[in-house]
Amino acid sequence: MEKLYLWIALAPLIGAIIAGLFGKQIGKAGAHLVTIAGVGFSTIASMMVLKYLVVDGGEAYNASVYTWAVVGDLKLEIGFLVDNLTAMMMVVVTFVSLMVHIYTIGYMKDDPGYQRFFSYISLFTFAMLMLVMSNNFLQLFFGWEAVGLVSYLLIGFWYKKETAIYANLKAFMVNRVGDFGFLLGIAGVLYFFESLDYATVFGKVEAFVATNPTFDVIAGSEWSAMTVICICLFIGAMGKSAQVPLHVWLPDSMEGPTPISALIHAATMVTAGVFMVARMSPLFEYSETALAFILVIGATTALFMGFLGLVQNDIKKVIAYSTLSQLGYMVVALGSSAYAAGVFHLMTHAFFKALLFLAAGSVIIGMHHEQDMRKMGGLYKYMPITWITSLIGSLALIGTPFFSGYYSKDVVILAAQHADLGMASTYAYYAVLSGVFITALYSFRLFFMVFHSNERFDDHTREHLKESPWVVTLPLILLAIPSVVIAWFTTGDMLFGNFFEGVITVLPQHDVLKEISGEWHGPVSFGLHAISSPPFYLALAGVVTAWFLYVKRPDIPGMLEDKFKWLHTLFVNKYYFDDVNQAIFADGAVKIGKQLWKQGDEKLIDGLMVNGTAKSVGVFASLLRHIQTGQLSNYAFTMIIGLVGFLGWLIYSSM
Amino acid sequence: MIALSDYLVVSAILFTVGIAGIILNRKNIITLLMSIELMLLAVNTNFIAFSRYLDDPVGQVFVFFILTVAAAEAAIGLAILLLVFRNRRSIAVEELDSMQG
Amino acid sequence: MTIVQLIFYSCSVMLIGSALMVITSKNSVKSVMFLILTFFFAACIWMLLESEFLAILLVLVYVGAVMVLFLFVVMMIDIDFAALRQGFTKYLPIGLVITAGLLYSLFTVLGSEAFGPGAFSIPDPRPADYSSVTELGMLLYTKYFYPFEIAALILMVAMIAAISLAFRGKRKGSKSQNISEQVLVKKADRLRIVKMTAEKPTSEETEK
Repeated sequence: MEKLYLWIALAPLIGAIIAGLFGKQIGKAGAHLVTIAGVGFSTIASMMVLKYLVVDGGEAYNASVYTWAVVGDLKLEIGFLVDNLTAMMMVVVTFVSLMVHIYTIGYMKDDPGYQRFFSYISLFTFAMLMLVMSNNFLQLFFGWEAVGLVSYLLIGFWYKKETAIYANLKAFMVNRVGDFGFLLGIAGVLYFFESLDYATVFGKVEAFVATNPTFDVIAGSEWSAMTVICICLFIGAMGKSAQVPLHVWLPDSMEGPTPISALIHAATMVTAGVFMVARMSPLFEYSETALAFILVIGATTALFMGFLGLVQNDIKKVIAYSTLSQLGYMVVALGSSAYAAGVFHLMTHAFFKALLFLAAGSVIIGMHHEQDMRKMGGLYKYMPITWITSLIGSLALIGTPFFSGYYSKDVVILAAQHADLGMASTYAYYAVLSGVFITALYSFRLFFMVFHSNERFDDHTREHLKESPWVVTLPLILLAIPSVVIAWFTTGDMLFGNFFEGVITVLPQHDVLKEISGEWHGPVSFGLHAISSPPFYLALAGVVTAWFLYVKRPDIPGMLEDKFKWLHTLFVNKYYFDDVNQAIFADGAVKIGKQLWKQGDEKLIDGLMVNGTAKSVGVFASLLRHIQTGQLSNYAFTMIIGLVGFLGWLIYSSM
Repeated sequence: MIALSDYLVVSAILFTVGIAGIILNRKNIITLLMSIELMLLAVNTNFIAFSRYLDDPVGQVFVFFILTVAAAEAAIGLAILLLVFRNRRSIAVEELDSMQG
Repeated sequence: MTIVQLIFYSCSVMLIGSALMVITSKNSVKSVMFLILTFFFAACIWMLLESEFLAILLVLVYVGAVMVLFLFVVMMIDIDFAALRQGFTKYLPIGLVITAGLLYSLFTVLGSEAFGPGAFSIPDPRPADYSSVTELGMLLYTKYFYPFEIAALILMVAMIAAISLAFRGKRKGSKSQNISEQVLVKKADRLRIVKMTAEKPTSEETEK
């Protein structure tokens, strides 16, 4: 069993190396065959591991595979921790990755960088697996950075496009800011617990908190050490999972090809932050300040990013903002100490969001790489499979009863309602509740504008419009199935059972899921229970409004835009986050660099130190030159002066 | 009666006079050479005085040698002076400044 | 004030006075003369210190040979005395300051206890049959023989150097002897036999 874990991680890596280094030799077919073989193996093996752990009741595995270095008392190792949480993440990651691999055969058919793309997405799968399977902070950080790197490579895949390069650099930079906080958090853990191993650290937490240690953040202000560590770790999650204010990179990351938007920026990489917080639940439970902070950030993201989805015209950007909003939901769940609910929503969201992205990609292929929704409409006649699967995905997203999204979203909302963190939890509850309406509005705005309403494209496009090949539609179907059914089998165990026992720690006073579990009587009854809960009506209202605005009376959105011009401008400019960042950080850095160059480099170092020393030698020499008069008497005189001086010093120093 | 320090003071003053002769004279190389002779004389007096008061004849042996070397040096110095005069028709010390920087 | 002290102080004063005159005299010949006088007084002081040999040596060798050499050169060089008069006072102030400083330092050392009568006691006068020559010779030809020979070599080197510096080669028109030619001369270079009759033609001369 142990060898299997290693091979699960390494198979995609081997595929990536072969496709990357020998791409030209093995050709396009060879590249996709070898990478799909690697990822396929990992998928089947992960499902076997999940079965072993859950169904057969196997033991969780926590051991070190390779000791990289020993520094004093600190051991830096590569190790695997495979428990229920890890196994679930492994299945999600490898399954979605496999779907994306198959999809890419169709999507990137004509692209010259075909083998490079497959190599990158396999590499990404390897990095993500290392991240979720790690048993210590160092390996977690390695996986963290590696997924960031591959994301950079993939967003800038079409590297000749200027906007793509701008986007990938932006993603990497913003991630870096988050990583800085993450590193500070890891440093804090190392400092206070003297170990990077999960098991050791989690074992010491209770004893640590009992001594109530504090930490001087700014001179004189004492903060609880646990709060500082948790907030720093969460800043890393903010960068990776695109929470406000480090969210600015995700919409720009749509410059990359659609398959990676599905893989990385919907299902896997952005969820790494959520996974990390869930994994660190023993730490976060002991800091209510950190939990409140997480709640507020998550709620803000959930609500305000949803608003932005309403004014986007690019099909992928709408789904991107939807991802941002749903990530906010997951983080709200984490903040309410319902870690299981957050991770559960992660899983269901991975399926239906990847589905939505791939469907959008299918539409883009059909429309010959046209992405503006205002030029689409009425596509249901031409692309039926895409239409049906999009509908399923959208219904799951808005939380329609009996679809998997409903179970996860509703539990998140209930958790926010039951959470007991004062103003923060109240704000969070109302934010996620309002978010339901907005989510329904923008997702069905997208659906109606693309598949229904008038056809707004020209005849040339109509001639080429047909359903995408089977390599594209098969993953859509395969992803649609779990979007509907997965929650039926897993909700009870994951959320209200003992699936995460021993993995996720919740203190009794924070245990909202236990409170909610009273209302759970099985998936069917929970589905019927929707009739009596506000989110259902809000979602319904959202769908109806979207239908009215975009199918029945398409002229109204234009009128609303004119009436609320200031609001519309605010949304279109994305709350001016990008402008502020550009003006202060980017331009500021350029200005500082320019000053350092002009003043520091040119004037100070070149002028003063380098040329200045040379010039001063010349000046000094031209002064000293006058001592050499050529006169013998002068020289003798100088000697005598020296002699007298020396004599005087000798005599008077000994007195 | 006469302490050692008296003799030493005399030779010190003589030495200083010789030094003054070197640094105050600009016009005459011969004065320069003569000042050197004065300084050597002062040193010799010093040696003789110490030799007497320490009862060690080695001082006088040293004076012997100093006299020899001083004579040799005076001879060569004068020969050089002669050459300088032949080439420049002047023995002013000021005019020997071709090493000026 | 004993006679010894009197001699000492008067000699010293005259010594220093003539030394000052050496350096302040404008006339080079006068400077040399004053230097000779200085050496004489120095010799007197050395006699007081009971090293007669060296005192006489000073007068005979140093004054007699080296100072005479100085005089030769001064006479040989055609110096314009008038031009020598200016320019003495430019460096006078700073020079005096330095000289005063030097003197002060020296007096501080020499006047201190380290050189006083306590450290160096005044020695007894030597016995009547003391000969400094003998003392000197005993050291010079035994222990310091090697430096003695080297001193001789130095003198030879000085002689060669002086000659090689000053000799400009034989001038045209000056008469001198060439010894090697003289030694190589043969009878044939000096003597020419002329064939002449033995008798004199007097009978014809006297009958006229």
